[in-house]
Amino acid sequence: MASQISLLMENQPGALSRVIGLFSQRGYNIDSLSVAPTQDPTLSRLTMTTSESTEVIQQILKQLYKLIDVVMVQDLKASESISLEMALIKVSNKSEVISKIEKNYSSLEFNELDNKDEKTILRLIGDTFNLENLLVELEDYLIEVTRTGALGMTLGNVSLETEEETKVIY
Amino acid sequence: MSNEEINGGDALIRALADENIDLIFGYPGGAALHIYDAIYKQNKVQHILVRHEQAAVHAADGYARATGKPGVALVTSGPGATNAITGIATAYMDSIPVVVISGQVASHLIGSDAFQETDMMGISRPIVKHSFLVQSAEEIPVVIKKAFHIATSGRPGPVVIDVPKNMTDPNYKFEYNYPKDLVMRSFPILGKGNDEKIAAAIELFRAAKKPVIYSGGGTIQADASKELTEFSKLIGCPVTNTLMGLGAFPGNDNQFVGMLGMHGTYEANMVMSEADLIFNVGARFDDRITNNPSKFGLAAKKIHIDSDPSSIDKIIGVDLAIEGDAKLVMQQLIEQVKASGFDQTIYKDWWSKVEAWRKAHGLNHDMLNLKNEKDIILPQQVIQSLYQTTKGDAYVTSDVGQHQMFAAQYYKFKDPRKWINSGGLGTMGFGLPSAMGVKFAFPEADVACVTGEGSIQMCIQELSTCGQYGLPIKIVNLNNRALGMVKQWQDMQYGGRYSSISYEDSLPDFVKLAESFGHVGIKVEKLSELNDAMKESFAMKDKLVFLDVLVDPDEHVYPMLEAGGSMSEMRLSKDKKTF
Repeated sequence: MASQISLLMENQPGALSRVIGLFSQRGYNIDSLSVAPTQDPTLSRLTMTTSESTEVIQQILKQLYKLIDVVMVQDLKASESISLEMALIKVSNKSEVISKIEKNYSSLEFNELDNKDEKTILRLIGDTFNLENLLVELEDYLIEVTRTGALGMTLGNVSLETEEETKVIY
Repeated sequence: MSNEEINGGDALIRALADENIDLIFGYPGGAALHIYDAIYKQNKVQHILVRHEQAAVHAADGYARATGKPGVALVTSGPGATNAITGIATAYMDSIPVVVISGQVASHLIGSDAFQETDMMGISRPIVKHSFLVQSAEEIPVVIKKAFHIATSGRPGPVVIDVPKNMTDPNYKFEYNYPKDLVMRSFPILGKGNDEKIAAAIELFRAAKKPVIYSGGGTIQADASKELTEFSKLIGCPVTNTLMGLGAFPGNDNQFVGMLGMHGTYEANMVMSEADLIFNVGARFDDRITNNPSKFGLAAKKIHIDSDPSSIDKIIGVDLAIEGDAKLVMQQLIEQVKASGFDQTIYKDWWSKVEAWRKAHGLNHDMLNLKNEKDIILPQQVIQSLYQTTKGDAYVTSDVGQHQMFAAQYYKFKDPRKWINSGGLGTMGFGLPSAMGVKFAFPEADVACVTGEGSIQMCIQELSTCGQYGLPIKIVNLNNRALGMVKQWQDMQYGGRYSSISYEDSLPDFVKLAESFGHVGIKVEKLSELNDAMKESFAMKDKLVFLDVLVDPDEHVYPMLEAGGSMSEMRLSKDKKTF
């Protein structure tokens, strides 16, 4: 089962390469990665999934937090957070694909975005597990697939925020 | 009152002066020329011209290790930057506060494969604590301030500032203000430890029968040597230092069982193997210490004090982790032990065991008196002669290999910051340039560079720098005519197949070489001449002396941990082992 890590980092050139570099430098594996600015334009939020062990994830969290550009890190526990991702798929036989989704994957949302030359783009939104199973099942129909990677957020009062105190020296 | 307007190059140097930097090591080139012009126009920051950028960073590193203050190197773009990389990686692995300023091609040329362009931010990224690419001339003062703050605080480390040439354009001027305050988001610096954990640590000592205090480079970085010594005296158990931690606890104190690890003493490694409590302060359970982690300290409870939480539970899981500054945590420990008292007699049986180990296979610190009919010099004897001559007070830098281990084993460092070597990265070529940094910091002190004929040739060009600035370093060259440590491994694990460890007859005449740079060279071939030559070298206060000592080419470094084994599995000599 993949674990999710969410972090806030300075929205600056070079910050993302430090985060990604850490993974290759220390030999950690990333399954998926998603990053974009937040409501605060100085901060970007990044969500990653990894299948590393609990011990390794503890190390990853500490190593990430040690990066100067990383402002806050959070381990998104499955029971206390939501996780979903979006995929765009281009398929050749729309009606069969849609019937398969409706039959076995009712938890996935889908929309038809475009229909040209009988090749249709569908937008799928849902949890990674079901999405990946569906993609296996649709193998014969898929022309193209692109996925956002998982996004995650904790439920309720716990939020990924910058620490209140900022460090002032001298 | 408004400040005068100055250009980016002047601002950079002025910011260094405002950061109390009076000495930088470097090498000029196209992209750094505006900065070098700024250096020329002032006299607060002195620039030392080295002969290779690697040496500039090592010199700044040696300066930092000896003084505890940040070292600074200045290099140009492209090859200047790439030559600095080995120096930066060396400082990174040993957590040394060094700020490296690199010139860069002008902003609009970045990415165009311009002349002398290299992606310094990218190349240095995995080996820096942080790095900055200057985006505007106006931000230079605040970038400098942040760089020094980051390099020196918490667990120290190198910081790179990459400065595109147009940022230092002499014609672009702005109002200079050196920031008094600095706001940084989420940059926690650990202070005191948790009081309950401090109390728990002391309880673990009370419950232990066979404890050991294992201290590393972090203790020295935190300037916590005095506190470590005081705490160790209150507890009264064996103390061992890592290669990086030598001098944090006095090496000539009976409570000290020597260095531990790969080439640690028999008694230190036995103490670690049999201990029921391992108290780690400022060390990181490095692979040269633990040997096989799955066989490490199986019977011991473990306490780990570190200013970097990511060091805790990284290799060895611990029972009690105290995150904090070593100096403050040790002060808390001392306070609590003093308040409650501590009965050291509970370790009496443990000490009898330790003394028996020491007696059985401890290092012989009296090898100068060995009977020696052939008059051959053993490398250990050279270190003992150096120790006697300098009374254990010298700053000793080293390169990497057998000579480094002999120096670590036999020079009984009494004080912190006096043993300066590349422990983590293991950089040959570190010894001479780092000795230059030390000598600039402490012109009156004895500074010895213990090296080998292999390592010294990796930065030998710095003999010229030493001549230019009059640096009377004593180079003690343990010349065994081969890459000794490699040869030792080839003896032990490759059936004596000596692959690429010999220079055949192509070694330089080091005496003539030294003389050609205006220094003094002395060659020693007989043990009976060693002490006199050593004394003569150190008596020449104003001269760099290259003491080329021909040592036994067949000597190995022992003890040596057996690969994949526990800490008690050691080779003690060519034909004796513990397993």
